[in-house]
Amino acid sequence: MTRTPTRRARPKTTLRPQPAVGVSVPKRDGEEKVTGRALYVDDLKFPGMLHGRTVRSMVARGIIRRVEFDPAFDWNGVVIADHKDIPGLNCVAHLTEDQPLLAVREIEHADQAILLVAHADPERAQAALGAVRVEVESIDAVLSIEDSLAARVKIRGADNVLKEYNIARGDLAAGFADADVVVEGVYRCGHQEQLYLENNGMIAERTAEGGIVVRGSMQCPYFVHHALQRTFGLPPERIRVIQTVTGGGFGGKEDYPSLLAGHAALLAWKSGRPVKIVYDRLEDIAATTKRHPAVVRVRTGHRRDGTLVATDVDAVMDGGAYVTMSPVVLSRGALHAGGAYRCPNVRIRARAMATNTPPNGAFRGFGVPQTVYAMESHMDRVAAELGLDPLVLRRRNAVVVGDVTPTGQVLHESVSAVEVLDRTAERAGWAEKRRRYGRENAAAERAERAGRFAPGGRRLRRGIGLALGWHGAGFTGGGEVRLNSLAALDLSPEGRPRVLAANVEIGQGAITVFTQMVAERLGVSPDLVLVETPDTDRVPNSGPTVASRTTMVVGGLLEQCARAMRERLELFAERALDGDADFRRVARRFLAERGPLRVERRYQKPAHIVWNEETYQGDAYPCFSYGAVAVEVEADLDTGEVRVLRVTTAQDIGRAIHPLLCIGQIEGGTLQGLGWALLEEVRWKDGRIWNHQLTNYIIPTAVDAPPLDVLIVENPYSGGPFGAKGVGELPMDVPAGAVVAAVAHATGARMDEIPITPERLLRALDGREERR
Amino acid sequence: MSAVLTLDFTVNGKRRRVRVPPMKRLLDVLREDCGLTGTKEGCGEGECGACTVLMDGVPVNSCLVPAVQAAGVKIVTVEGLAKGPALSVLQRAFVERGGTQCGSCTPGILVTAHALLQRAKGRVPGDAEVRVALAGNLCRCTGYQMIVNAVRAAARETLASGPGRAARTARPVAREQGKSARAKSKPVKTKAKARTTATVRAQAKPARAKAGVARRRPGPGR
Amino acid sequence: MRAALSTLEVARPRDLAHALKLLHASLDAGRLVPLAGGTDLFVTLNSGLVPGRRFLDLWSLRELRGVRDQAGRLVLGALTTFSEIREHALVRRRYPALAAAAAEIGAWQVQNRGTLGGNIANASPAGDSLPVLLALEAVVHARSVRGTREVPFTALFRGYRDLALEPDELITAVSLPDPDAPPPLRAGAARRGAHPPRAQQFFRQVGTRRAQSISKVALAGLLRLGRDGRVDLARVALGSVAPVTLRAGRAERVLLGARPSAAVAAAARAALLEDIAPIDDIRSDREYRRRVSGNLLEQFLRVADPRFARR
Repeated sequence: MTRTPTRRARPKTTLRPQPAVGVSVPKRDGEEKVTGRALYVDDLKFPGMLHGRTVRSMVARGIIRRVEFDPAFDWNGVVIADHKDIPGLNCVAHLTEDQPLLAVREIEHADQAILLVAHADPERAQAALGAVRVEVESIDAVLSIEDSLAARVKIRGADNVLKEYNIARGDLAAGFADADVVVEGVYRCGHQEQLYLENNGMIAERTAEGGIVVRGSMQCPYFVHHALQRTFGLPPERIRVIQTVTGGGFGGKEDYPSLLAGHAALLAWKSGRPVKIVYDRLEDIAATTKRHPAVVRVRTGHRRDGTLVATDVDAVMDGGAYVTMSPVVLSRGALHAGGAYRCPNVRIRARAMATNTPPNGAFRGFGVPQTVYAMESHMDRVAAELGLDPLVLRRRNAVVVGDVTPTGQVLHESVSAVEVLDRTAERAGWAEKRRRYGRENAAAERAERAGRFAPGGRRLRRGIGLALGWHGAGFTGGGEVRLNSLAALDLSPEGRPRVLAANVEIGQGAITVFTQMVAERLGVSPDLVLVETPDTDRVPNSGPTVASRTTMVVGGLLEQCARAMRERLELFAERALDGDADFRRVARRFLAERGPLRVERRYQKPAHIVWNEETYQGDAYPCFSYGAVAVEVEADLDTGEVRVLRVTTAQDIGRAIHPLLCIGQIEGGTLQGLGWALLEEVRWKDGRIWNHQLTNYIIPTAVDAPPLDVLIVENPYSGGPFGAKGVGELPMDVPAGAVVAAVAHATGARMDEIPITPERLLRALDGREERR
Repeated sequence: MSAVLTLDFTVNGKRRRVRVPPMKRLLDVLREDCGLTGTKEGCGEGECGACTVLMDGVPVNSCLVPAVQAAGVKIVTVEGLAKGPALSVLQRAFVERGGTQCGSCTPGILVTAHALLQRAKGRVPGDAEVRVALAGNLCRCTGYQMIVNAVRAAARETLASGPGRAARTARPVAREQGKSARAKSKPVKTKAKARTTATVRAQAKPARAKAGVARRRPGPGR
Repeated sequence: MRAALSTLEVARPRDLAHALKLLHASLDAGRLVPLAGGTDLFVTLNSGLVPGRRFLDLWSLRELRGVRDQAGRLVLGALTTFSEIREHALVRRRYPALAAAAAEIGAWQVQNRGTLGGNIANASPAGDSLPVLLALEAVVHARSVRGTREVPFTALFRGYRDLALEPDELITAVSLPDPDAPPPLRAGAARRGAHPPRAQQFFRQVGTRRAQSISKVALAGLLRLGRDGRVDLARVALGSVAPVTLRAGRAERVLLGARPSAAVAAAARAALLEDIAPIDDIRSDREYRRRVSGNLLEQFLRVADPRFARR
């Protein structure tokens, strides 16, 4: 239990090779990306290729009455496809099959796809869009969580609920009865666009054999593969999905590519020619998935010293018009809703509501940012009400080894909530800054009353806020068992180890990390290890590139493959392998004498993990990663603008296989969290996204980004390869709560809705000034 | 007035002649007519900077430039940054220091950063200066810090290897960074087992990043 | 790109005279749309809106370039880019508010292509250079085949995106008076002292983001105190708070002749709210714009003279 696998696996007979794990080797895809040689889907051309465009609904809900094709338009060379052209099921197969690939009669959300056009000339395809007139009779739509809950208009069953979970532990009533103080708050957060820099795009071809090949930007080749089987009624072997270099995903290329691939493939199926659909930014923001907005009510009971005795959370998320990923997003949000805190009496209710808006989907954090933001905002409020330092309140309640989560999961190992809090607070100078900013703000206020202002005449206030978060790595509960992932390692003809996995590089460094883990086990340098392109004809289904699972779960399978491969080759050579040249020598001899070598490993659930899907009790995740964030802000009282001065964060991710990439994940995720908390707001008009331009949906620039001070804490998880847990999503979960707390510290305004736009903050500040 | 323009211009040092519609975007001329797909479209409205190229030495959004205005100009794209097969100092710094993740913004960022370094010749631009220069290049992956670090590291390295300077400030990059890494990793002297921590922000060389990690013994704690 | 760019045509004039001739001749058969740096036009085209099928490329007209100091007036060619403006030594010294505004327009790439003439001709109420030009009482030099004329900035905006220019007129330059030039001597008035005090210049643009954001409110101001301690120059111009960039005439009248005090600042703020007519739109809302306009005015005043903040 206390030994790392590293030591166990290293044969005594060989010299210690250079370690590959824990070293920031050059990123595998770095060179092709800095030279412009990397080919993304929009960089590819095929002979005879058409360009596809999508006719979309302008209204949020309605009935299609007529589709007219302008007779004055030159329809020569235009391919048109609608739902009647779909050979199989008219659905985008996710967990459920309720979302049509193309609308038939009912329109359930604005920008829903109705029909497709394609032409060899993209300008003609665009023009054809304008020559299609769809007459839709508008019906009363449900556009917000509140409207959906009120259920005056019913769009799903009797209550508009897409999915509900209830988690309970202990005796809630007794817990509240036992509390000295009960604090309640309601916390809201809006949509967030993933805003990968490369828009969604696909190219589909119909093969001579009656199959389909799809290439494009995606996180989950086998999700697309599965969806196409349903849409086209084809057997798996007739469908081939190939990932092209993917310019960011963040969840935005988890489920949506299945829909887009279906569209491109349908046009290719009908025309017999390759069809490319690459969205422009306007269409990508308007039509693709977003982070679920949420309204989270948190009520907690505490002893005077802050000890948490009861937690009651009611989280409601906006699922959009179709089920798509909402049940799993909701589930993960609910499972993390209590925060990384010990509490004997808990009730968590979570509902996803239907609205007539484009389906919300996966986005880094996957439901956790919403509930953790709510809980952390709430903890800051509790600290204020109890007169406790927010750090002290959190330390008092943060989980330690042996604590039990709301689902009854005992946290056996690798629990670092207290450690990340302490490291963050120490590094940020928490106590000193908390005092200093408070003092300076009071002094500034006095000076301004006396007519003395800071240089430039600005009225600025500073504050520091803290938040703690946790993130379960891998699929929830029995999810990994259902995925049944299979990864493989084989030998290339030149005698090099080759990774065969469906998990994709989307910038995060997946393939680099794979080569490191395999190299470490084989005792070779990562450079020697090849990585096969994720292509469903060539790689097994190792599951989707989501859920912070790639390193921990798939990396774990590959690590086992590498161990097995080494054993086979050493048995064959009758001695230990010794470095790159020796490996290749032995491997080539093996290939010549024994033929191909391929090692596969399938996911095996560790026996001690028990999960009950019915009662929602048990081990929700094999383990959790923990992170704490301290955010320092400066608020301008005249404009409500908030500038982030500095962020300090300590995150326990088990083991940093590649420290530089891990820090890259943490820095990038943190900035997305800051953007969500302060800048990014999807604005709606008549049920459609109004600000679907990058000019108006604003994400942080280099000037908005603060210095990020990142500390990696390594508290290994025995079930992860080399001790690794997940790192991809945790950084997104935590910052928002810290921003809210920092703004409260700076200005006294406690914001219960994010983003904290200047408009919202100024309104809150004015309210306070009036009350005074 | 004509619907097709014969456009003569220089791209990455090579004279080019293409026949294109006069209002075709320079971005599309480069990607479609010159076969240089390194330059990316991220928004089509001059906001994200993924399509940044140098036009007579200054960075512009090629999605906002009509072909007609490129007549006679010198264009540099990401494909023109390296002289020969080896990466430029700036490109290498991006690879080594985490400046590129998904890579979509990378070509535009490299071009803008290249222009900045050209202007700052003989000087290492400050952190704030780099950020302002890059404000027109959106990145959604990195949080920008590693990009800024890479740009400044490239400036330092270029400065160090410049004529006449090499002797005086031999390899200041390694020295400076090495020092900071040492200083910051002091607690790590007691090594992994001591469950100690240190910053990982300043990585001199890839291998050094290891110093920044607080490691703990495996197995159950507390 | 949603507009069919391959269907668009471009006229390439040899010189300014040729450009004016082409523009004039085009009035009967679909006016040529003047094209400068393209930073606004291509955004419009990208969204699928096509302001015209035929364009007049001004980019290569040398007559429209260059910055000259002419007898105390700074003359900026219409094609002067915002990069040139923000880096120009004289602009930075004499018109710091304009240099500040130029630095807020887009980012480096856009500043390298966006032109002063284009910003004016586009006439967006959110155009960042416009409040400063208005406060500086810039003069627009317009030219057509009929000749040249000067349009004071104060008379330039007729309505939402509607300029007091003829369809065949081109903006050739903008000239800026020196705000610190001594006022012309009145008959009999004795010149006392060497130089009068300098006018304080102010510019602040408020967007949500710290770089390349489109303004929700922009305020440019000029304020000077005379030797008698009273305000003898007060100009306040705002962007994004009305269909046009406007001068806050009521607020200016409150300030002019007053001695700085918190009471005067409050009165000016109240008057300013009568001057502006902001709306809710995609970027902000009416209440915020009213509040921030008042706050920026107060900030400007206390920067110009601390007594505006003393109670």
